[in-house]
Amino acid sequence: MSDKKKKKLTPIQQQYQDFVQKREPKRPVIKNCIYAFLVGGTICLIGQAISAFYIHFFHFDEKSAGDPTVATLVFISVLMTGLGVYDHIAQKAGAGTIIPVTGFANAMASAAIEHRCEGYVLGVGGNMFKLAGSVIVFGVFSAFVIALVKVIVTKYLGGF
Amino acid sequence: MIQGRTWIFKNKPTIISSSAVGGPFEAQGPLAHDFDLLHGDLWIGQDSFEKAEKKLQEDACEQAIHKADLQKEDIQFFLSGDLMNQVISSSFTARTLGIPFLGIFGACSTSMEGLALGSLLIDGGYAKRVLAATSSHNAAAEKQYRYPTEYGSQKPPTAQWTVTGAGAVVIADEGTGLKVTAATIGRVIDMGISDPFNMGAAMAPAAVDTIQTHFRDLHLSASDYDLVVTGDLGRVGFQTANDLLEKQGLRFPKGRFYDCGLMIYNLDEQPVLSGGSGAGCSACVTFGHIFNRMRKGELRKILVVATGALLSPISYQQKESIPCIAHAVAIESEEGA
Repeated sequence: MSDKKKKKLTPIQQQYQDFVQKREPKRPVIKNCIYAFLVGGTICLIGQAISAFYIHFFHFDEKSAGDPTVATLVFISVLMTGLGVYDHIAQKAGAGTIIPVTGFANAMASAAIEHRCEGYVLGVGGNMFKLAGSVIVFGVFSAFVIALVKVIVTKYLGGF
Repeated sequence: MIQGRTWIFKNKPTIISSSAVGGPFEAQGPLAHDFDLLHGDLWIGQDSFEKAEKKLQEDACEQAIHKADLQKEDIQFFLSGDLMNQVISSSFTARTLGIPFLGIFGACSTSMEGLALGSLLIDGGYAKRVLAATSSHNAAAEKQYRYPTEYGSQKPPTAQWTVTGAGAVVIADEGTGLKVTAATIGRVIDMGISDPFNMGAAMAPAAVDTIQTHFRDLHLSASDYDLVVTGDLGRVGFQTANDLLEKQGLRFPKGRFYDCGLMIYNLDEQPVLSGGSGAGCSACVTFGHIFNRMRKGELRKILVVATGALLSPISYQQKESIPCIAHAVAIESEEGA
C-alpha cells in the first residue's frame, strides 16, 4: 500500500495493518518471476517455431511471417481459454501468460464466454472489451505519444 | 430479552431441519459426506451461473422442507440473502417457493443473520415456522466481484475461494432438534484494509468484536462452548483473529476455535489459497457438517460467528476500504437445553 493511502488511516487502523501484515504470506515474487520467465519464454519459443514453420513451408519472409504466427498463437490461446485450461496455467505463470499476445486473446475470449448468457449483442458484444478495452485505449494513446516524440526528435532536432 | 447487544431467546427456537447443497469442488473436500446433495457440474443443468446459484438455493430449501416432513405451505416466512446484485438468487427462490419473503444482505454473514432473525420471529411469537437460507456460487461471484472465470490472472496467496453451495434451516416454535439460545448482532467494522484479495484480514476485527461482545454480554468464559467457529476468515484472517483474541485475554482451549473456510476444502490439495469464502461457506459447514456432529452428540454447545465483507466491485474501484460485519448465533443440542 502506498504511503499516501496510509496517511488517511487512523492510528488504530494503522496499528492493525502492521499487526496483520506480519501474518500475511507474501507473494512469492522470485518464484513467480522464474515461472513467468519460463512460461513466457516457452510461448515465445513456440511462436518462433510457428514462424519458422510458415517461412519454411509457406514461403513467407521473416517480416510477413509475423501475422500468421500471431494469428496462430491467438487461436491456440482462445481455444485453451474455451477449454478452461488457460486460467489454471496463468495462476502459476502470472506475467508469463499475460504479457504475450496470448494474454490479450485470453482477456477478450474469457469476457466473451462469461457474458454469452446475456446475449450476443449486449452480452458478448458489449463486454468483450471489458478487460481488453483499457489495453487498446492506453496502447493507442502511448503509440500516439511515442509517434509525437519521434516526429519532434527526427524533424526538429535533426535525429540521431 | 436483550443483554447488551445480544438477544437471548427464552423460548429457544428449534432448528427442526437443516440442509447443505454443494458443487463439484465441494464434493472433493473433506466434508463431502455431510452434504445432502452434491452437484457434479458447476452449471447445475442451467444455462448461466446466476441461474445455477438460484437452483442451488432452491435445492437447499426443498431439502430442508422435505427433511422436516413439511410442505412449503407450512412455512410462514422465508428469510434469505446471497452475494448477487439485488439478492436475485434469493428473490427468485422466493418466487419459486411462494412463501412470504424478507430479503436480507450481510454478504458472507447472511447465514447467521437469517438464523438470528428467524429465531427472533419465532421467539417473539410472530411465526411458527421460518425458513432461512443463503447461497453462493464460485463462478457467479467471480464474475460479479472480480474477473471473468476463464481470465488468466494470478491471485495472491491471501485470496480465498468462493464456495459453490447453499444451506437452509427450518426454525420452529416446537419440535425436536437443535435449539437456538442467543444471537449477537455485529457492528460494521473497518480497519482500512482495501485489498479484496485479502478479505480474511479485513473481516477478522469484525469477528473479534462480535465474539468479545458475545462473551462479555453473557458473562461467558472461553471454555463455555464446545466449538466457536468463524465463517470464512481463511488462513490469514483466522490466525489474525486468534492472535487478537488472545491479546485481549480470550484464549480458547485447543481445538475449540476454528473457521469454516478452513474446514470445507482440503487446503493442501485443492488450489483454494487462503481457504473457502462466500455466503455458502458458513452455511454449508454449519448447517451440514457441524449440525450433524451436534446431532451425533459430539458437540453440545456451539457459537457460529459468520463474517461478511460488505464491499462491492464499485466501492473497491473507487478506492474505498472494506467494511466488515460478523453475526454470532449460539446453538445447543437438545439434551443441553
